[in-house]
Amino acid sequence: MSAPLLTVEGLAVTFPTPRGPIDVVRDVSFSLGRERLGIVGESGSGKSMTGRSILKLIRAPGKVTAKRLEFDGIDLLKQSERQMRAIRGARISMVMQDPKFSLNPVMTVKEQIAEALRTHQKLAARDIHARVLSMLDAVRISDPERVARLYPHELSGGMGQRVMIAMMLIPEPDILIADEPTSALDVSVQAQVLDIIDELVRRKGMGLIFISHDLNLVSSYCDRIVVMNSGRIVEECKAGELMNATHPYTRALISAVPRLDETREELPVLDRSAWAGT
Amino acid sequence: MAFADVQNWLTSDSPGSRMQARLSRFYRMSGALSRNTLAMVGFFIIVVLILTAIFAPWIATHDPLTQDLTARLLPPSGANWMGTDELGRDIWSRVVFGARITLAIVIIVAVLAAPAGLIIGAVSGYFGGWVDRILMGITDIFLSMPKLILALALVAALGPGIENAIIAIAITSWPGYARIARAETMTFKNSEFIAAVRLQGASALRVILGHVLPLCTSSMIIRVTLDMAGIILTAAGLGFIGLGAQPPLPEWGAMIARGRSFILDQWWVATMPGFAIIIVSLGFCFLGDGLRDVLDPKSGEGH
Amino acid sequence: MAFEPETMPALSGAIKLPRETGRAGRFAVSLAGFVISVAITFLGLLAITFFIGRVVPIDPVLAVVGDRAPRAVYEAAKLQLGLDKPLYIQFVNYVGSVLQGDFGMSVSTGKPVIDDLKRVFPATLEMATIGIIIGMALGIPMGVYAASHRGTARDQVIRVIGLFGYSVPAFWLGLVGLAVFYARLKWVGGPGRVDIFYDGLVTPVTGLMLVDSLIAGETDIFFNAISHLILPASVLGFFSLAYIARMTRSFMLDQLAQEYVTTARVKGVSERLVIWRHAFRPILVPLITVCGLSYAGLLEGSVMIETIFSWPGIGNYLTVALLNADMSAVLGATLVIGAVFIGINKISDALYRILDPRAR
Repeated sequence: MSAPLLTVEGLAVTFPTPRGPIDVVRDVSFSLGRERLGIVGESGSGKSMTGRSILKLIRAPGKVTAKRLEFDGIDLLKQSERQMRAIRGARISMVMQDPKFSLNPVMTVKEQIAEALRTHQKLAARDIHARVLSMLDAVRISDPERVARLYPHELSGGMGQRVMIAMMLIPEPDILIADEPTSALDVSVQAQVLDIIDELVRRKGMGLIFISHDLNLVSSYCDRIVVMNSGRIVEECKAGELMNATHPYTRALISAVPRLDETREELPVLDRSAWAGT
Repeated sequence: MAFADVQNWLTSDSPGSRMQARLSRFYRMSGALSRNTLAMVGFFIIVVLILTAIFAPWIATHDPLTQDLTARLLPPSGANWMGTDELGRDIWSRVVFGARITLAIVIIVAVLAAPAGLIIGAVSGYFGGWVDRILMGITDIFLSMPKLILALALVAALGPGIENAIIAIAITSWPGYARIARAETMTFKNSEFIAAVRLQGASALRVILGHVLPLCTSSMIIRVTLDMAGIILTAAGLGFIGLGAQPPLPEWGAMIARGRSFILDQWWVATMPGFAIIIVSLGFCFLGDGLRDVLDPKSGEGH
Repeated sequence: MAFEPETMPALSGAIKLPRETGRAGRFAVSLAGFVISVAITFLGLLAITFFIGRVVPIDPVLAVVGDRAPRAVYEAAKLQLGLDKPLYIQFVNYVGSVLQGDFGMSVSTGKPVIDDLKRVFPATLEMATIGIIIGMALGIPMGVYAASHRGTARDQVIRVIGLFGYSVPAFWLGLVGLAVFYARLKWVGGPGRVDIFYDGLVTPVTGLMLVDSLIAGETDIFFNAISHLILPASVLGFFSLAYIARMTRSFMLDQLAQEYVTTARVKGVSERLVIWRHAFRPILVPLITVCGLSYAGLLEGSVMIETIFSWPGIGNYLTVALLNADMSAVLGATLVIGAVFIGINKISDALYRILDPRAR
């Protein structure tokens, strides 16, 4: 593996509340190469915040601090908002959870995808049109001409998410952050969408950060796994070595998942008080 | 340490009686409200309005009706804090006594229109079906019309006078309250506690009076408070045209009308009552906004 | 004056249709429903004016002819009103005559009310139109700005301006404005639509002074008319912008919290485009409704302003008629203002349903 694409060291995100500041992300460090990294955790563990803070999307009153936040030699901490805008979409992209909410309801599919391209490249209208169609094709949408003219509310969940993926990958970024990309989809469609992400990421040699609450899914899909709890990373290992995880939280998570050859009478329940955060 | 005991009692997590729960809720809401500066400013203004109305004879420096033609159109001074009008009457005293009129208008309109709207809306929402359609049809027709124009036409037919103005404003106000009461009622009409009460044999009247109406109260309070500004302005408008309070009553709108001809050189005659109207209206708006933040968390957008 | 509706229009409930009904069929049904709803509301308006005119006054004939009318006129009016007939027949006759444009005779002007109304309405229309343009041109950017700078001092200022739009009496503001900007500063023209020596020089074609003066080629009068129009229109514009800014801000705050705005930022879109193309565009349709409602409110509010500015519009007409107890004129003006008010509201409502892609 070559030099890491992304290096995160000592990342912390704090929000002020009436009861005092709360750290939603604490001292998170990891690196990402051209591989698939999974970030697993339950709701509130800070995994989504971690993803968003890489793109510096967290706005006041939230505060993001880090010892190091480097992407491809660029110090993200020092980038101005204007410089970040050049990076967002073009070099680092993010696919979000629910296309019902994350697609603009008054813009057609074509307009939205084209915008992702136009923001970073100057192309003739005809070229943009062609690229949009070929991207829709790459996410396995049959009849891309027709779909391009539709509005988001006319799309099914799976199609909407594929449009989202097309939109985020059309500028050909180096890193894709997928924030719970299949959580809002039917099980039957989930596999398909995951497949598409997998194929596109592999084809372009991108780095993928896959954020999810589903440990099983992440362990089968990613190369490396990072487990988060209450804003901290509690475990980091290769996907294959998950069984040898040492942290009690991870072990509890693993044991809480039912297996096909299950022999236990009751599934164990996590005792959260042991490592609960704030 | 009696105060600490009372506080503990008020904020306890498991109230022992309904009264304790009610008082505790009241205490917590007042606390939330008091932290909102604008709402407290509004509350203060309204308290001042009420006190001014009650203690008008002591707060005013002169009699509001006495004319003194030798002292016409004097500018504000130590003797006449807001100057005198074209008949030599002290404007400050007239504004102070005008607070009584304003307060009376606002209270009577609220007392007339709000319960009427509340009942119509609750009945309409609770029964649904044809009752709902007919009542809401009527309400919608009223709501589609310009309130001020309707009030004007009504007063024209009834004859000028402050009582008729109040009636006219009340008639144009109830539809808004009916709509809100209906919307509130519909949200819990099908809930289980209503079904439970009905299974116990409660008649529709009892359900409406005992359960539906109390639940609509908080949104009604918010709406009525916020509407007060509009009511004050409409009443002042009627007074300005000459259809509301008749001379020599010191109604603020009528005062502005009288001062109109002297606006250039004796500006205080027309502007002072205007300031009074603005301050009181703002007060109701601030308080209403604050109440809405406290009583109706759904609409909250924070500050 | 607030000049604003207290509730957003309730979109009429959907009618259940069989599944096979095609798009054209559904559209026809919606249209029919819309027309019926408008017709019922107008009928309601007529019922109310009828009620106010016939049932409320103790002597409706006196209300129509005035208390100085000679006996013969009184008797003739009594016959014409048909007060001996049952109420519902009177109502039907009333509706019939209104639909034919017969609003009765005005006691003060001695002319048919309908002629008077045709003469005065354009003046109000002109003033209200400039007012709404000011309101939209200033109010919408202010609302967007306030929402995107939420919590800052500038946001607070805009919110306070919004509150003042609720609390200041329009007639007072007009009066103070006239005193300051006309009498003291001499920046604008005074009362009336044009200076006195220009009065009557322009033949009314549309009734809109700005248009008519240009048609007649009288540019002097055109600019003079503007200077007279600007202050009353601005007063109306103030209330309009307060309302529009408040609603825009509220809508925008909602939008800026939406996921798709974040998506736009993730794409690297510039902040200006994020605000206008992604946050603002979805609210265009409700904003149209808001502006429509504000426009209707301005027509209503002109009643208060026109007396101050001696503006010969329908508001002034109504006020004079009120003071003269000229009921035919009062009710005629009420009908027209009410009808336009209702019309604008209903059209805004319909536009909302037509234009929103989500409602298709």
